[in-house]
Amino acid sequence: MRHLRAASAVTLALSIAVAATGCGGGTTSGGSNESPKTLTYWASNQGPSIEADKKILTPELKKFEKETGIKVKLEVVPWADLLNRILAATTSGQGPDVLNIGNTWSASLQATGALLPWDDKNFEAIGGRDRFVDSAVASAGKEGEPPAAVPLYSLAYALYYNKKMFAEAGVEKPPATWDELVATGKKISKDGKWGLGAEGGNLSNNIHQTFVLGQQHGADFFDKDGKATFTSDGAVAAVKQYIDFMAKDKIIAPGNAEYAQNQSLTDFAKGKTAMVLWQAAASTFAAQGMKPEDWGAAPVPVPSGAPGTGEQVNSMVAGINMAVFKNSKNIDGAKKFVKFMTSDAEQKLLNKTYGSIPPVKAAQADAAFGAPDLKVLRDTLATSAAPLPQVPNESQFETAVGTAVKELWADAAAGRPVTEASVKERLEKAQQTMQQ
Amino acid sequence: MTATVTTDPEVDKSTSRGTSRGTGGARRRLPRIPDRIRQGGLPYLLLLPAVLLELLIHIIPMVIGIVMSFRQLTQFFINNWGAAPWSGLDNYKIAVDIDAPIGEALLHSFFVTCVFTFFSVGLAWLLGTAAAILLQENFRGRGVLRTIFLVPYALPVYAAVITWAFMFQRDNGMINHVLHDQLGITDEPSFWLIGDNSLYTLIIVSVWKGWPFAFLMLMAGLQNIPRELYEAASIDGAGIWQQIRRITLPSLRPVNQVLILVLFLWTFNDFNTPFVLFGKSAPENADLISIHIYQSSFVTWNFGTGSAMSVLLLLFLLIVTAVYLFFTSRGRKGADV
Repeated sequence: MRHLRAASAVTLALSIAVAATGCGGGTTSGGSNESPKTLTYWASNQGPSIEADKKILTPELKKFEKETGIKVKLEVVPWADLLNRILAATTSGQGPDVLNIGNTWSASLQATGALLPWDDKNFEAIGGRDRFVDSAVASAGKEGEPPAAVPLYSLAYALYYNKKMFAEAGVEKPPATWDELVATGKKISKDGKWGLGAEGGNLSNNIHQTFVLGQQHGADFFDKDGKATFTSDGAVAAVKQYIDFMAKDKIIAPGNAEYAQNQSLTDFAKGKTAMVLWQAAASTFAAQGMKPEDWGAAPVPVPSGAPGTGEQVNSMVAGINMAVFKNSKNIDGAKKFVKFMTSDAEQKLLNKTYGSIPPVKAAQADAAFGAPDLKVLRDTLATSAAPLPQVPNESQFETAVGTAVKELWADAAAGRPVTEASVKERLEKAQQTMQQ
Repeated sequence: MTATVTTDPEVDKSTSRGTSRGTGGARRRLPRIPDRIRQGGLPYLLLLPAVLLELLIHIIPMVIGIVMSFRQLTQFFINNWGAAPWSGLDNYKIAVDIDAPIGEALLHSFFVTCVFTFFSVGLAWLLGTAAAILLQENFRGRGVLRTIFLVPYALPVYAAVITWAFMFQRDNGMINHVLHDQLGITDEPSFWLIGDNSLYTLIIVSVWKGWPFAFLMLMAGLQNIPRELYEAASIDGAGIWQQIRRITLPSLRPVNQVLILVLFLWTFNDFNTPFVLFGKSAPENADLISIHIYQSSFVTWNFGTGSAMSVLLLLFLLIVTAVYLFFTSRGRKGADV
């Protein structure tokens, strides 16, 4: 009896210990080269579907295996899951070796300390920092610190417009300023047709748009010390300007307030909405049955009509970065893989397939990226795009301010007045929920 | 063998007694441990796998969650939990400080959840009871109706709620198509997934999802009420309402006691319905506490505060459950006497 009790007590204690260590947080040790022949890679969903991505990436991974003898296990993770999966991997220490991250998460993930910092030495291993476009590298981590990731695909916002609807309304060229955009929108918005589309329920999209408008009003959402400044006059004006497209100018259909699954692109393809502000929408339009000659792309309007830096910024630096988990068991192989994926040849091929712009200068020069719509994106990235605030609590910012804007869309759609005071009140609330 | 029996029954008796004694002795003499185990160890040994799994799946994560609530576990520390500074009761202070925005939002979310739970559980119970009583009578098509009623319970939650989300879309959804386009009840198509109506949307979907369970439980409960009670009552001149009030409902009391508690706990904690309907940021009017906590931890990467809120929720549900069981059991004992 006593033996048995002792035995069961030992078993119990052992299993608790095992379980506790199993759940007790990740390893903090640096990487190693224990298993130099394999890598795990989490790719983000860039193509029309997960399956399509697998088809696109698998031949490239085979190429890499042939070159280096390293086998890459691929998993394409849907966007809805990616950040949670990364958080879980960070927490448990059981993650992939190499992964794609949305570039706006860079500073947040950098703060966890789980990702390999790309200092000069590591950048040297993949051909040097100079190979990449500056704005893209700036969107890979906090200023003044080694980036937490390497840019892989770059994107920027453009104004997409329906040529037929423009012609019917007698509009000859796409608007270059916001006043022109409102005037054009008002011409078109009648008989069930609308000037502009929006995705009111999509928090990230709300942030991207209001961030750019904020820049144009001279407002950053964070000060130099990384403290939230959501209620500055510029920020309030920016958010109000965006909501007013529906509330005051009435060029956005009220229904857009609840859109969160790219319904605005469907409306655009169906000829219900004449303009959308979007990043690399070409492949979606094609999938919705639009021909390339049906639509055009122009730079997003700016106050002066000529995009540039400072208050003439007209896009965030959107894109996907590639990161390496610090505790990888094949750290050299991981770097080799990043080098392969950011090589000129792969950059041209993959970005062409995905309709994005290579953040690698040499690849960007390829003629394929000079097509009219891609040229708009490329020029925007080169001259008039700014990275979203690279602060550790960027994710909180997207949720807090994105939700505030979502609620304001709901107000506007329900016909409630949207005033400077009501905008400020929402932003004030958002700011107060930001914990430092 | 037979010869022995006939010749000397005494001997036979004694041998048989002897053998029985012999086997008993052998049983006692065989391995000594089983006997000891039988004295009290065996049940524990058999329980061990279940206890271990229970520890692994429920208790340890719960304890870790409680520990987390006392630490400042933000994105700076999730890579190495051990390094997260202890923050004492700070996370709890933030969560319950109703004058500050985070506590105020949590309180608001708590009230929304209470209202939601009250209506959702109440309506689900009412529908379940009504349907169960109606289907007590034997009529043609009863089996078909029973099956149809159970469909929402059998459907995968995600698929069902996504379908509801499509139906509730303002511009292309079926609800507005019927209410606005066909019946002309509303002047303008209404929003269901954002703004003021979102709470109704949530209650409708939740009731639809929850009532078949109530129906199933109550239907089973009704099988146990003896027919004679109704017959006697109708001879005494009791109408259908009196029969329901005096016989059916009191007889269903034990079933209802468990049913309402379970429905309450499920509904109060429901995460899938609001998450699939509204995404990671629910409208203010439908900001259920589960989504709120998810937002306060996963979306904003602040697991300490999120855990503190979860612990508070756990405490609240424990207290409600305890009080509920205390009062309902006492009431029942009184009725039994």
